Amino acid sequence: MKSSVVALFAGVIFAVGLLVSGMADPSKITAFLDVRGHWDGSLMFVMAAAIAVHFPVVRLIRAREAAGRTPAFATKFFWPEGTGIDVKLLVGAALFGVGWGLSGYCPGPAVISVVAGGAPVLAFIGAMLVGLYAGRLVGKNGVRG
Amino acid sequence: MTTTSILRALVGGGLIGIAVSIALVANGRIASISGTIARAFSADGGRGFRVPFLAGLIGTGVLAAVVTPHVFGAPIRSTPMLAIAGLLVGVGTALGNGCTSGHGVCGISRFSLRSIVAVVVFMGVAMITVAIAGVHA
Repeated sequence: MKSSVVALFAGVIFAVGLLVSGMADPSKITAFLDVRGHWDGSLMFVMAAAIAVHFPVVRLIRAREAAGRTPAFATKFFWPEGTGIDVKLLVGAALFGVGWGLSGYCPGPAVISVVAGGAPVLAFIGAMLVGLYAGRLVGKNGVRG
Repeated sequence: MTTTSILRALVGGGLIGIAVSIALVANGRIASISGTIARAFSADGGRGFRVPFLAGLIGTGVLAAVVTPHVFGAPIRSTPMLAIAGLLVGVGTALGNGCTSGHGVCGISRFSLRSIVAVVVFMGVAMITVAIAGVHA
């Protein structure tokens, strides 16, 4: 199936982007978060560059969607069904912030480090999967986005 | 922060932007890593995107561990501490409906107020966490 091949390709490009940018180095993440110490701001450019590329694409897609166009391999665009700013969002983002600051891993860098990081990263990923499942139960509405 | 690290950040970030753009243009999907993992096998019609996307992502990480292991930094905390952090990341991204990619890249690119608030909160809390816990064990 063409759509699977393209999705696989997107995953590969995503991983290469994380590896090239230094996102798979937890000490680089904490150096970026260490605003009171020896701050390394270079990771700010990761998000900036990703948005610079993606933002015009979103604009274009919105316009094409309004004109009745669909994705190349799907019947529609699956936009997040966000429900505004609520306690769940704020508590969730705060808990994620503590975990990210403690470990230097957000979900993408953690899963691509599954072999390179050994047992400590396996423990992180296992606990994250448990947390995702538990969080979905608590959230009831499921994970969107 | 060196010229090299900024260039690497720009190139890597650009690639991430291309990857999430491909997911949207081709599959109509938001490439949020936490959401993709959480619903990898959900019978909602999204499996056909999520499973191969994650296979490409994780497979590349496995290959890189063999071919270019130096691109990975060593874990900075003990295994028990990382398990606690992983649990927090999992619960947090499930409740907050997204992580650095879903809110940080995809959400901000849509000018989603919800995502902008999420990014400010998780980045601010992560900075406070590092101020308290330090940059490594």
